[in-house]
Amino acid sequence: MLIKPFLSWFQPLAPVAGSQPAPGLGLHNLTLGYERHPAVHHLSLYCPAGSRLAIVGPNGAGKSTLLRALAGQLRPLTGHIEGLAGRRVAYLAQTPQIDRSFPVTVQDMVQYGLWHQSGALGRWTSAQRQRCLEALASVGLQGFERRTIDTLSGGQFQRALFARLILQDADLLLLDEPFAAVDEGTTHDLLQLLEQWSAAGKTVLAVLHDLALVRQHFPLTLLLAREPVAHGATAAVLTPANLRRALSMRQAFDEGAPWCEADAAPAAHEPAHGHGHEHSHEHGRPRADHPPQVQATPPSAAGAR
Amino acid sequence: MAALAWLEPLWAFSFMQRALLGCVLLSLSAAPVGVFLMLRRMSLTGDAMAHAILPGAAVGFLISGLSLGAMTLGGIVAGLVVAVASGLVARSTLLREDTSLAAFYLLSLALGVLIISTYGSQVDLLHVLFGTVLALDDTALGLLLGIALITLLGMRLLYRALVLECLDPDFLRAHSPRWSALAHYGFLVLVVINLVAGFHALGTLMAVAIMVLPAAAARFWVRRIESLLWLAPALALSCCVAGLLLSYHADWPTSPAIVLALGALWLSSMIFGRFGVWRQRLVSTVHLKG
Repeated sequence: MLIKPFLSWFQPLAPVAGSQPAPGLGLHNLTLGYERHPAVHHLSLYCPAGSRLAIVGPNGAGKSTLLRALAGQLRPLTGHIEGLAGRRVAYLAQTPQIDRSFPVTVQDMVQYGLWHQSGALGRWTSAQRQRCLEALASVGLQGFERRTIDTLSGGQFQRALFARLILQDADLLLLDEPFAAVDEGTTHDLLQLLEQWSAAGKTVLAVLHDLALVRQHFPLTLLLAREPVAHGATAAVLTPANLRRALSMRQAFDEGAPWCEADAAPAAHEPAHGHGHEHSHEHGRPRADHPPQVQATPPSAAGAR
Repeated sequence: MAALAWLEPLWAFSFMQRALLGCVLLSLSAAPVGVFLMLRRMSLTGDAMAHAILPGAAVGFLISGLSLGAMTLGGIVAGLVVAVASGLVARSTLLREDTSLAAFYLLSLALGVLIISTYGSQVDLLHVLFGTVLALDDTALGLLLGIALITLLGMRLLYRALVLECLDPDFLRAHSPRWSALAHYGFLVLVVINLVAGFHALGTLMAVAIMVLPAAAARFWVRRIESLLWLAPALALSCCVAGLLLSYHADWPTSPAIVLALGALWLSSMIFGRFGVWRQRLVSTVHLKG
């Protein structure tokens, strides 16, 4: 009698019913930062379910910060994120804090991707083991099952993490430079995997530096330079003019920056989310030659879904 | 025959039987905890916490003399306070966990030695510092049994969460903050109660040896966590037996004899183990074709 509610406390989150059309991901006037300095400033964006969005920008542009916030590891200074409630999120960090000397086999490490089904106590069924083997095979790691993870190369380890992502079966995938250590052939295979995922209605956000790859495989792009430079269809975003603007971004925090009191371009933002603009973060001084320009979120798109 | 005669004291004397039973229980429970302690790179943390237990045991001793219950309870409370306090200091101030732990355990140790040497005798201090594996009474054995049962059950329940907490803590936190916290603090509790168990047998100064040394030795023989968890207790037990006999025949104090046996095993594993220095050097000169 007593033990049941106690146990349910430790159950994995119930999977979301798959019947209703999945809503997309909405960012509303999102400002993220560290010690009140904005790393991502006033970002509004809507990303329909099943889309593949590349996040592009120079070093220090706030790309990883954005993914961390979406993964729930960083609380926004202002604004809010919509469409995360009840959805499974999988996050692959740029440098994952994984102890690669830990003595587990590749198969076991990948199998932990099924935590949402097995929890901490459930036994793995033979069907689940089979799925794990299939996931390993689909990233080209057959024959590696019983090896310990310390014997994998950097790229092979990244593939193992992708196999784990397959098992995680998340609705929103956040990938931070996922192909950084991966050879060309594997990158191609993994990109196909991403395309399958978005065809299945999963939303994929990936931080990438290879613009040719972005143009070829990602329909949507967000160009970020501590504030959104542009977002939308990839071809329209990755123009020479936009890229030049992104590169001229000021990387260091401006210690003498004034408080961000009002939006530099008020019409571009949504003041509708209650607290207007009473937040306390400092502006990186906007450059006079190109004031921040943000494409407004299409609220109708959000409503239609 | 000669070998059998050498082993005979183990069953010939009741104090040796009790010591043997104590060693079995301690090996079963402390060695698996030690495997995770090693894999979490917390071996020295364990040592520091072992010292932190001293003032708790001392306060228990102050209140009710050489009473097992009071000293155990005091030790567990002190160990947990130091573990949690240093965790809190690490999270809320500039100091890292290792530094704050060092600070707390030094304070704790100084306090403990002060209390015992002011209010107790030299004999009491030696008892606490070096343990009394040859004088385990029924209550002490009962305590060791209880701790072993709690530890084995706890390890069984926490196993998957604990592996993930070591392997990929961010992943576990994202999937289940509760299990992440449970693995973290539950493990600390297991470490503390096993240190208290070890302290009754081996004393506060050497309690951590039966956790760390078998795990470290096992690492040179097997590759997988499951195998480590089987091998470490087996190695711990064989060294305890060897130490007991050595202490009996050579008339040496028991806990140093056990710890030295563990140390000898660790050194020889490092040299001759499957993944030790010798084999790795030797094997690396030949290679396969594919």
